[in-house]
Amino acid sequence: MRDDKSALFARLFPAGHDVTCEAQVLQGWGDAGDGRVHVVGTTDHAAIDTRIALDLARAVLAAVAQDGGGAPRPIVFIADTQGQALSRREELLGLNGYFAHLARCVHLARQQGHRLVTLIDGEAVSGGFLAFGLLGDAIVALPGAEVRVMDLRAMARITRIPLERLTELAHTSPVFAPGAENYWRMGGIHALWAPQEDRGAALRALCAEAGTEDQRARLGAERGGRRLALAIARQVRDAA
Amino acid sequence: MTRAPSYREATARHRVAGLLDAGTFVEWVGPGARATSPHLAALGSPVSFDDGVVVGEGRLAGERVLVIAQEGLFNGGAVGEVHGAKIRGAFERACTQPPRAVVFCIDSGGVRLHEANAGLLAISEIMRALFAAQSAGIPVWALVGGSCGAFGGMGIVARLCDAVVMSEEGRLGLSGPEVIETVKGVEEFDARDRALVWRVTGGKIRRTLGEATHLVEDNLVAFREAVVALLAAGQGPVPFTLETLQASQARLEARTAWDAALRDGQSLWDRLGLADAALMETEQFNRRLQEVS
Repeated sequence: MRDDKSALFARLFPAGHDVTCEAQVLQGWGDAGDGRVHVVGTTDHAAIDTRIALDLARAVLAAVAQDGGGAPRPIVFIADTQGQALSRREELLGLNGYFAHLARCVHLARQQGHRLVTLIDGEAVSGGFLAFGLLGDAIVALPGAEVRVMDLRAMARITRIPLERLTELAHTSPVFAPGAENYWRMGGIHALWAPQEDRGAALRALCAEAGTEDQRARLGAERGGRRLALAIARQVRDAA
Repeated sequence: MTRAPSYREATARHRVAGLLDAGTFVEWVGPGARATSPHLAALGSPVSFDDGVVVGEGRLAGERVLVIAQEGLFNGGAVGEVHGAKIRGAFERACTQPPRAVVFCIDSGGVRLHEANAGLLAISEIMRALFAAQSAGIPVWALVGGSCGAFGGMGIVARLCDAVVMSEEGRLGLSGPEVIETVKGVEEFDARDRALVWRVTGGKIRRTLGEATHLVEDNLVAFREAVVALLAAGQGPVPFTLETLQASQARLEARTAWDAALRDGQSLWDRLGLADAALMETEQFNRRLQEVS
């Protein structure tokens, strides 16, 4: 386990934890002070391939099976991914289908009553984030976390919009430029944790407060970073 | 006899018209609403009055269905804030005013880069809304046969659907071949080798792996007939429980354990005794696949 992840778990779980790291996949339990929660995630900016997707799905299913019949405990997801693995073999196997399987496992956990809390520690990028961390009931970015689909240089190349124009517009618009703050403004991240915060207390509060409704579009409208998502969805839902 | 119109060549609106019973379609937040993307406008890029997606309802073989159709000709069917919100709203409506099924004509490369963050969140919201519709008992059927296929987040969404109807020309995956070639090199994936691209992402290989549940010819009538058959069979959402997901887990683990040299659909067809799969007509392919399965 990397030192930074060990340090994170020590702060999150002052009452004890046992999280193992095998081939970039984190799995175990932690106690933030009011009982054990499950821990599932990735480290070292993992490129999510079929093997990692299956390891994550297996860990989520194990948590659901373990608590079956009893009180479902929260699952804390640690998101640290550079995105999906880029490989012809992985595409042939149907990597998108593995991600869909993982997403279903996460949804099952929610249905079974597990509260799902995502902590972004490191990077959260695109497809690797969609199938897993982005499905949490509450999503938090730790200090220094990088959240993005694509960096501006690559975006400029593909869209053929000058980099200077993108850089300039990124000062006022949160909709395309990388950054946890931008995702917060759009409601995609519920909270940004400060460096000095009592992590154990913050995590306990998060697990207690997380609701199962998808409130991200409403948050985005309230925070002014995504003004149309909620309104347009409502128009379609309620059209005469 | 005139040939039935190509699904691949049709626009989203033509697909909707061709799939539904004549004159039954009602659109929500259509072009008249002028719900365009302010983010495209801010970057000086062209906008579309429907932001590249058509949502509404109509009858199909007399049954009320909700239809979502992405327009691949507008920005590659990519998902932005408005486009994504229309799809999400349609799934929410499926929960409040349940149709018999949701027919989802996916034709998209995934997130629209001009509004990438909003697109990523929109796809996540679509995933959750789709789950909610399935939980409410509404099956969701994906049709994949457009020129943009179903890639990126929309490739994941397609695989969340209860049935996936594809044509041989349709493509389904996560990262497009061009992206893989750009990042990993032409030895990893030669995106200009169209035959190879289809042997890795195309309808026949996806059907071989069981990811497409139906393979049909590239025409609107064939796609409509596949949906009519699903309706007639009384298909509901595929239930997912701890047991069914554990079974999926075992199936996918077995696939990942296939030998590392397997990187081309042709190798898989050779092993199955379908060496000439790429040359077969759709009907013959379906018959032979059934024989070897």
